[in-house]
Amino acid sequence: MGRIRKKKSGGTPELSTASLPDIVFMLLFFFMVTTTMREVDLKISLKKPRATEIQKLERKDLVAYIYVGTPKNAATYGTEPRVQLDDQLATTQDIGGFVVVKREEINEKERPLMTVSIKSDIKVRMGLIGDIKQELRKAQALKINYSTNPTTSEELFKEY
Amino acid sequence: MADIAFLLLIFFLVTTTMDVDKGLNRKLPPWDDNPIKETSTIKEKNVFVVLVNGQDQLLVEDEYMDVRDLRQAAKEFIDNNGDGSCDVCKGSRDPESSDNPAKAIISLQNDRGTSYETYIKVQNELVAAYNDLRDELAQSQFGKPFDLLGEEAKKFVQDKYPQIISEAEPVSLGGR
Repeated sequence: MGRIRKKKSGGTPELSTASLPDIVFMLLFFFMVTTTMREVDLKISLKKPRATEIQKLERKDLVAYIYVGTPKNAATYGTEPRVQLDDQLATTQDIGGFVVVKREEINEKERPLMTVSIKSDIKVRMGLIGDIKQELRKAQALKINYSTNPTTSEELFKEY
Repeated sequence: MADIAFLLLIFFLVTTTMDVDKGLNRKLPPWDDNPIKETSTIKEKNVFVVLVNGQDQLLVEDEYMDVRDLRQAAKEFIDNNGDGSCDVCKGSRDPESSDNPAKAIISLQNDRGTSYETYIKVQNELVAAYNDLRDELAQSQFGKPFDLLGEEAKKFVQDKYPQIISEAEPVSLGGR
């Protein structure tokens, strides 16, 4: 028969773990709220250029992303750089429609603030980027952002 | 209960991506179906021509230049103050270079074969030239860097050094 022994008095009392679930839940909610699942999986290889004079993109909900780079699946899509919109490889002609769709998703008051972020690989030639810019101009998406990685001025000119 | 919470916590910890998007902000000119030939005349000395070819080489004001020297050259051009109307400029007042920062235009044209990396570097250096000048003015006038200035002071500095970078459509010369 077990007997309940009375704890000896003295010594350090055990730390109460009663509040542990509360703490864990608090952390849980914090991460749940801040988590943004990666919206797209990249079908192109992307190595962003580096720059020093960069600005933060403030409102993520007002940003549409255009990815440019060489397809990862070269056997199917070839080795020429391609444009990726959302989850699909596309051509520059699709950009106009894409911008219109993205603009519709934003509430009317904030539409002029929409920014298009161009995430392009460093090896892409400017011909393609120029075509994208022309399409954006036609679609009246004039605020753009060239996505870059931050660096220091000393590092900027080193081999990347 | 706590176990489940822990499990969820670890899941969200792993999937969280905290990356903030950063980059160079630029503005495109509106599309014009039938562009009118520009009639207003701009003096040649007020234009700082930067050309980038398909081999990622720079031609700045008809001279070959390394990207590393572009920032300094652009700063000297913008800050030149040829007609003396800019009271905060410290330029050399060379009559062959720009009149004042408000008139100084940087014209950038690249080849279709220019790599994106070089293009971003050139853009970065040109923006850096303006940012450097604004920072210097902010430091001497208000004693702190441009980013930390109040709205009014920022506007004052921006008016002194307006950012005028004009981009021409890329040409195809290199055949790449």
